[in-house]
Amino acid sequence: MSLDKATVAKIAHLARIKTDDAQLDAMVGDLNTILGFVEQLSEVNTDNVEPLASVTGHGLPLRADVVTDGAYPERVLANAPDRAHGYYAVPKVVE
Amino acid sequence: MSDLLSLSLTGARDALKAKKTSSTELTDAYIGAMEAGKSLNAFITETPDKARAMAKASDEKLAKGEGGAMEGLPIGIKDLFCTQGVLTTAASHILDGFKPEYESTVSQNLWNAGAVMLGKLNLDEFAMGSSNETSHYGPVENPWRRSGGDNAKLVPGGSSGGSAAAVAGRLAIAATGTDTGGSIRQPASLCGIVGIKPTYGRCSRWGVVAFASSLDQAGPLTRTVSDAALMLGAMAGHDPKDSTSADLAVPDFEAALTGDVRGMKIGIPKEYRVDGMPAEIDALWQKGAAMLKDAGAEIVDISLPHTKYALPTYYIIAPAEASSNLARYDGVRYGLRVDGDSLNEMYENTRAEGFGDEVKRRILIGTYVLSAGYYDAYYLKAQKVRALIQKDFNDAYQSVDAILTPTAPSAAFAIGENEDDPIKMYLNDVFTVPASLAGLPGISVPVGLSGEGLPLGLQVLGKAFDEETVLKVGGVLEQAAGFDALPGFLAGGK
Amino acid sequence: MTAEKSNLVTGNTGDWEIVLGLEVHAQVTSNSKLFSGAATTFGSEPNSQVSLVDSAMPGMLPVINEECVRQAVRTGLGLNAAINRFSVFDRKNYFYADLPQGYQISQFKQPIVGEGVITVDLPGGRSKSIGIERLHLEQDAGKSIHDQSPTKSYIDLNRSGVALMEIVSRPDMRSAEEAAAYVKKLRSILRYLGTCDGNMQEGSMRADVNVSVRKPGDELGTRCEIKNMNSIRFMQQAIEYEARRQIEIIEDGGTIDQETRLFDANKGETRSMRSKEEAHDYRYFPDPDLLPLIFSEEFVEAEKAKLPELPDAKKARFIADFGLSPYDAAILVEEQETAAFYEKVADGRDPKLAANWMITELFGNLNKAGKDLSDSPVDEAKLGGLIDLITDNTISGRIAKDVFAEMFESGKDAPTIVEEKGLRQVTDTGAIEELIDSVMASQAEKVAEYRSGKDKLFGFFVGQVMKQSQGKANPAMVNELLKKKLAG
Repeated sequence: MSLDKATVAKIAHLARIKTDDAQLDAMVGDLNTILGFVEQLSEVNTDNVEPLASVTGHGLPLRADVVTDGAYPERVLANAPDRAHGYYAVPKVVE
Repeated sequence: MSDLLSLSLTGARDALKAKKTSSTELTDAYIGAMEAGKSLNAFITETPDKARAMAKASDEKLAKGEGGAMEGLPIGIKDLFCTQGVLTTAASHILDGFKPEYESTVSQNLWNAGAVMLGKLNLDEFAMGSSNETSHYGPVENPWRRSGGDNAKLVPGGSSGGSAAAVAGRLAIAATGTDTGGSIRQPASLCGIVGIKPTYGRCSRWGVVAFASSLDQAGPLTRTVSDAALMLGAMAGHDPKDSTSADLAVPDFEAALTGDVRGMKIGIPKEYRVDGMPAEIDALWQKGAAMLKDAGAEIVDISLPHTKYALPTYYIIAPAEASSNLARYDGVRYGLRVDGDSLNEMYENTRAEGFGDEVKRRILIGTYVLSAGYYDAYYLKAQKVRALIQKDFNDAYQSVDAILTPTAPSAAFAIGENEDDPIKMYLNDVFTVPASLAGLPGISVPVGLSGEGLPLGLQVLGKAFDEETVLKVGGVLEQAAGFDALPGFLAGGK
Repeated sequence: MTAEKSNLVTGNTGDWEIVLGLEVHAQVTSNSKLFSGAATTFGSEPNSQVSLVDSAMPGMLPVINEECVRQAVRTGLGLNAAINRFSVFDRKNYFYADLPQGYQISQFKQPIVGEGVITVDLPGGRSKSIGIERLHLEQDAGKSIHDQSPTKSYIDLNRSGVALMEIVSRPDMRSAEEAAAYVKKLRSILRYLGTCDGNMQEGSMRADVNVSVRKPGDELGTRCEIKNMNSIRFMQQAIEYEARRQIEIIEDGGTIDQETRLFDANKGETRSMRSKEEAHDYRYFPDPDLLPLIFSEEFVEAEKAKLPELPDAKKARFIADFGLSPYDAAILVEEQETAAFYEKVADGRDPKLAANWMITELFGNLNKAGKDLSDSPVDEAKLGGLIDLITDNTISGRIAKDVFAEMFESGKDAPTIVEEKGLRQVTDTGAIEELIDSVMASQAEKVAEYRSGKDKLFGFFVGQVMKQSQGKANPAMVNELLKKKLAG
């Protein structure tokens, strides 16, 4: 499989990374090199192999349903680049 | 007390206990060392005031005969661990100005044990790299230089490059690192120090900026194996805030360093003898095996058949997880924001400016391998091969207690040398990545010097949650190798 | 399945069948969030119920709430569904301002609950089985507020991370009415189980409706998804509008674009959602911060044993034990509280009479007054007391309606009202005969007509006697005695 510029542009948009034309050209080369490298996996026979679910092999630990956190809006908002009236503020979204 | 900077972590601990020095004295020496070692660019943020205050508090405890296992010992923290009120960057522009409102479990464990924080150490951006060249805060310089007149500045390895350089150059007595595919072990090898990645689940990931969640593990970078045992004991432990943290008691790792490996079976995996491996690495490996044999261990040839596929597997799984983990850096709640006319533009501008090239490459690869129509061919396939790699290890551990391999395929290389070819850079992790994929513990111990006078390490891998054997074998290797070479740059002089 | 004639919609080119599948998001009743210890209460100050995990601070990790898992299992059992003892949490990746992680933790390939089925109650006492495809646990997103500033949207993460159950139906519904019945039944089951409060206004239950149309017998048509319906009435309007829209497009030679649409309640129409126009690629993969969710058969069995009697079982029991019609039984079991109220009223009394009085008088008056059963001025004891007075002939059914109205108004009990107003039924033969005599005396002409064969006049005499008694005479006795007297 080989990526073309349009596909890389699409992926970059999915990942919300703005890329100009020159960057796209460079990325196409790099990504194809990496994809070419990982392509070797197709040599491995993985019939009847279950994908690894977790290295530890144990199940999910559960916590009790108790309110133990929150109630500190100031800490939540402390690092916000833009905030107003206790909210995070972002460029207006039109729905 | 003279030559405080040459003390190992355990040595300094003993000196403090014996009141031969104070934490304040020791800490001041390291604050001076940080200043002297600025050219290495090992620290992103120095916290001397905090260090002095913590040292003072430690001295009060020590005076009363109290204090934890790390009481009064000044260490550096890789800038991937969130530290409350102290700038935390992951070496990325995108976390500009971010001061966490919380402390990572591992660093908190260290403070609870009495350790003193010198500052935050440089790394590859989001721990993505093997040379510390992808940091937004510039490359870290390895304290070692090649012998024979070539004065090229060398990389310390990565991603815990700042940690390794600081410990090797004596800017910190020890440091935390994180290892996703070799990020503790490879820089330890390149800087001539000890680094251990414990079993996945041994150290909490809570509060550590995530790169690849199924692989990331914290561990110490230290000057000796017993230092590593001491510090790992302080970092480790079950954390209910991390669902993948193992609910197991932390053993007394120092007590495991008996020096006795008689009767142990050490596996030598034939697949690690990769094409184009430098002869001196191969020779070092054989030397290491001979040392263990001389100490009474049995050397066994083993096979880990899927070794070749570890690196490509890793370069699917790690970027896939990273592409998702790094989605939260969107300019809304913290860090950099680059404005745009719409929400999407703001996202795209922020992430374009905030992430460096290597991070972008990995996000894009990760996004691609998870995207519709490619998931099965890439991600699912990789998780299946990963299962086979884990099985290889499980099979091998039926007949051996530990495995000996080289840590890295080469000694430190020059800054800029491998920058143009991502694959060439990725190959640095060829020996460390398989154990990462299987979640197994591994240590790198300096064993010899390259022809150019640069340190080379060997790696000991163990069974899951058997760090004790890893440390024990590493200790024997350390003892036998008697590695005492020192780097060109050494704070406080030789 | 053959198309039911009554559900078909007539277009210019013949009849059309509407095909509906629902994805209902139900907020799990729990104190804290699915993966964090922050509170879930509704209507707090912005960002005050947000933990560092919910705001996706770097290095923060999810830990699952055991109660949410238990509630999902209970709900699955209540939907007669297969419980998957091994399930996996996945990340659904997309960027949005109120999705702080850049992904939603959900379940994609291996949900906690598999296939099930529920029976919905339709008008006329009919019922229909609707298949459940799956139920999975997932996190809610935060809230974007667009109308507070001309240039900014504001983000409140209080809801971010609240546990939701997404319950996906099979495309088994064929009319807006069936979809409404499905949502009502689902809500009823969830409320019986106590796993979701079913409050649609507060958003604890909302539905995405997949609508398509086809000629009966054809393959499924292209569907549109109407998002976020939080009222059953609006949902029905939206379905009817959307089906009509699709039929018109196809009949005009057009094709349906698969898209997400929003219902505008003011205009009564659906419109394409611009922000969702872009093709999504969610890149689902197992969340590496979480391990597979595994539980034992014993756990499932124990939860099963603890389930309350659910509406269907209760309905069947009401029909079998109390002889109620399926229609009445369905009404009485919709809410657990209603059923409990009914069982108290019916206890030791005529169950059909109790059902009639609850459904006609009590519900009628509550509706008119805009009140719920929980704040009804007439409680179980009062309604029972009234029925007792009817049963022992103290008052007639006709008088009982007046007593009920007075009870509803004043909150007094029935015996008090009957005493105060002197409404006790006249059952004394002599007194009734006196009334009859007086009526016959004043209506001698009519008596003659009756006796000459105009027996239709009997009703007239009954009316006159009852009028004379101010409605208090026992109607059966009036009938009997009047017949005798008129016969001479």
